[in-house]
Amino acid sequence: MMLAMLGEAWRAMGTNRLRTFLTMLGMVIGVGAVVLMMAIGQGAQYAIKQSISSMGSNLFILLAGHTSSGGVRSGSGGAHTLTVDDAEAIAELPGIQAAAPVHPGSAQVIYGPNNWNTAIIGTTPAYLDARSWTVTSGSAFTDSDVRSATRIALIGKTAAENLFGDEDPVGKTIRIRQSPFVILGTLSVKGQSMDGRDQDDTLIIPLTTAQRQVFGTDFPGSVRMIMAQATTQEIMPSVEKDMTALLRQRHRLREGMDNDFFLRNLTAVANSAAESTRIMSMLLGAIASVSLLVGGIGIMNIMLVSVTERTREIGIRMAIGARERDILMQFLLEAIIISVVGCLIGLLLGISGALLVEMFTGTSVIISFGSVAVAFGVAATVGIFFGFYPARKAAQLDPIEALRYQ
Amino acid sequence: MKEPVIRIEELGKSYQTSAGEFPALKSVNLSITSGEFVAIMGPSGSGKSTFMNILGCLDKPSTGRYFLNGSSIAELGKDELALLRNRTIGFVFQGFNLLPRMSIAENVALPLIYCGLEHEERRNRARELLSKVGLASHAESMPNKISGGQQQRVAIARALVNRPRLILADEPTGNLDSKTGQEIMSLFDELNHEGITIILVTHEEDIARHAKRQVRFLDGRIISDELTRETMP
Repeated sequence: MMLAMLGEAWRAMGTNRLRTFLTMLGMVIGVGAVVLMMAIGQGAQYAIKQSISSMGSNLFILLAGHTSSGGVRSGSGGAHTLTVDDAEAIAELPGIQAAAPVHPGSAQVIYGPNNWNTAIIGTTPAYLDARSWTVTSGSAFTDSDVRSATRIALIGKTAAENLFGDEDPVGKTIRIRQSPFVILGTLSVKGQSMDGRDQDDTLIIPLTTAQRQVFGTDFPGSVRMIMAQATTQEIMPSVEKDMTALLRQRHRLREGMDNDFFLRNLTAVANSAAESTRIMSMLLGAIASVSLLVGGIGIMNIMLVSVTERTREIGIRMAIGARERDILMQFLLEAIIISVVGCLIGLLLGISGALLVEMFTGTSVIISFGSVAVAFGVAATVGIFFGFYPARKAAQLDPIEALRYQ
Repeated sequence: MKEPVIRIEELGKSYQTSAGEFPALKSVNLSITSGEFVAIMGPSGSGKSTFMNILGCLDKPSTGRYFLNGSSIAELGKDELALLRNRTIGFVFQGFNLLPRMSIAENVALPLIYCGLEHEERRNRARELLSKVGLASHAESMPNKISGGQQQRVAIARALVNRPRLILADEPTGNLDSKTGQEIMSLFDELNHEGITIILVTHEEDIARHAKRQVRFLDGRIISDELTRETMP
């Protein structure tokens, strides 16, 4: 019986192919849009989560303040207000997991016939903890290496590939600005940072070595940047206050004076970025769902027209013994077939669209089973919901009136 | 005494119109026993179509009672009425009322869908009935490819497919020329001969003459009910 009705519904749809196709198109576009938008949105969320976790969790970044001489302002980090001692004091604060002074820079690095300009981070061993960075082969340097300003380095994957190719860098000697450095270990892969920088294109060397032998500084003991890691995300706001108070006290800033440093809660920044992406993808999904709704209304519209056109047929069917529920089922099935077939086509288009986006723009997209299931479920529901009213209208026709209808 | 197929007592039907209540049928009494061939006659507006709709369980009377095979129609629900239309009654219409998008065999088999028969069985029954009305070779044609007389034969085959004991025909020859009309009537004669009760509405005397009994309506009442004189050669 069901099979016979399915066949009939299929036939009824086949008699007006263009109309069926156009009705379906609303559904196709709706589902396609939902799937595509969700794929892009979830891809963006994933990318942001990746970069957050690559940055390290619960991270603060402290930048030295700026100088101002003769009206020329240096930009943050230009003043020499942060010191290695500040970093040590911060590390003592309750709720701080690790704090590391950082001297960033870049230099030309040479190994044999190869040379490569890469980022160089002068810091202490605590930096690796703060950034949740690990050493995959060889070993990390220690505090005693920092004290004695040893010429050793840890190397990121990208830098290693450019300098060493397939060779194992551990134990090899490279030259940074003429000074020989021994590669002590290789760093785990971090991927892109939030601003798209390749975090693996880097060398990490002891802070003292960086300041005295590579970059040189007029103010030994001061640094441009301190990275600090809180133990948990919840305490970050209070730790932020404590840190500010500590530094103001250490820098002898009186009430009313501006901070001579900048303190950023990187995790909060990253989380708000993730949150806004999430909201954005929800918004896109919502807009796309509106097209699903419009598609559903299109189905209802056409089904109503179809019921009117086929009034006489309905009358005939009733006269030869169709019950209300038979008529209801017949029209409902038509609406469901249209929306489900439309949905399947929409899924195909949405998924291939998402893959094309990934292929051509490099944006990561994620087609989750959940989003596909949601789109499919919504489409079927839309079919039933918007198909029900016309179908019920058909089923409740008066057989005599329907038979008389021309 | 044999229980009649149809027993109608003091049946009335009125419609609400903007001009007030309009009585289409007034205290109609009629009994039809199994195997009868009854012609219902009367001018337009005499109530014969309303009467047929009630006989066919498409409409319910306002007053009075209608017993079909001994059971009162008034107590039945919509689904039970549909079941009666499906199994007990076969309809033949003036305009044939075939579904244009289905082949002839599918049209004939349509009532069987609603009693849940399998595809194979539906197909066989349709072919069986089509050969009975002499259209076995047209089974896969579409309705618009055959003549009016042939379409009416298909409609009769459809009416018979569920083996009803009662055929209701509303002006079955109204859209046909007189020769084709007579051919259709001989088919009815044949069915009646097999024992099927036939009630047909017509206003043509030639057609009514095939029936064994003629009931005349005027203004919602039966004005005459008599056996047909044997005038046929």
